Amino acid sequence: MSEWMGWGGMNWDAAEAWRLGVIVGLAVITVLSRSFFLILNRPWRLPKWLHQCLPFAPIAALSGVILPDMLMHHGEWVLTATDARWYAAVAAAAVYFWRRNVLHCILLGMAIYLPLHLVWGW
Amino acid sequence: MIWQRHLHRRPEFLEGVRSMLPQVPGLMAWGLMTGVASVHTGLHFFDATLMALLVYAGSSQLSALPLMAAGAPAWVILATAFCVNLRFVVFSLHLREYLMHLTRWQRMSLCYFTTDLSYVLFIQRFPEPAPDTERRQQEVAFLAGNSFVAWAGWIAAILLGVVLAQWIPEAWGLGFAGSLCLLGILCSLLSTKLRFLAAVLGAFLATWAYHLPLKLNILLAIGGVMLFCWMAQSAVERWQIGQKASDESDASQAPQADSPEARS
Repeated sequence: MSEWMGWGGMNWDAAEAWRLGVIVGLAVITVLSRSFFLILNRPWRLPKWLHQCLPFAPIAALSGVILPDMLMHHGEWVLTATDARWYAAVAAAAVYFWRRNVLHCILLGMAIYLPLHLVWGW
Repeated sequence: MIWQRHLHRRPEFLEGVRSMLPQVPGLMAWGLMTGVASVHTGLHFFDATLMALLVYAGSSQLSALPLMAAGAPAWVILATAFCVNLRFVVFSLHLREYLMHLTRWQRMSLCYFTTDLSYVLFIQRFPEPAPDTERRQQEVAFLAGNSFVAWAGWIAAILLGVVLAQWIPEAWGLGFAGSLCLLGILCSLLSTKLRFLAAVLGAFLATWAYHLPLKLNILLAIGGVMLFCWMAQSAVERWQIGQKASDESDASQAPQADSPEARS
């Protein structure tokens, strides 16, 4: 019972301490970002230039996290016609713009990815 | 905050609960997948459970997981998570008008539970902040009810995902569903041409600088895109001012960057 849950294999070493630190840090980031402008009592506003470019930061972060891993395999360019992730991602983006629903986007993407990946091994 | 009894007694608490309920199945599917993805990218059961219970932010968790697996330094992971969460910073500026009558502890704890969906439903229900104390309390009760349902559904689903991940083979590539989810959120942000351009540029920069150490390619992409978009907007503004000066009658029809007129 303890083995499959990972308790047995878990070592309380530096790597584990690091992971716990990152997880607590992520929780702090959640609190800070969600209540950012509500922490201080005195009123304050963003400088105009920051207000203008702030909306683009999440876009850059998300596309910077997802797309290189879809375009590359272990840091190498893979421009083959048999990459299931490509077809799934393009179809998922298209269905998002059609239906405006993230759940439909995931479901259709997986419906294309899983057969190509599991049956044909793309 | 959402556990305060006097809020539960208000009819607006139940109204908030009811407004969130239709969203719960979609939310739970995403939570389930986030739980599975966190185990499949290499977190222990204990770490994955702790992350699910404490972090409560799907997109920043999904972005942090591959970085943690790649051994990126903690500050890069946290900076990336903060950038993915920057939309909440903008929401908090808006929520300020509604919640400043609460104590700091109440505000911060209520905001911790307020995700994208709660914020959107709350602003739809109360487009203007209330002028008096009684109606402010109603607003807080609504937000508490609606955030509570979202939190309960999400936590149940993500913990189920963490447990079920043991029986779901990694070969199914369900971690890919996490990428698709982030892709969907990314698409939802692409409301203007400039935003679309920002996504393309971000992908290009992050891919081009992929071999930088410490996963710095993502921070480089964020910095480059913000600089580019700021310059592009300033250029458009200057161009509009120039237009206005040269031809007063045509200036009103000039397209504005990042506004509904610029939508494709």
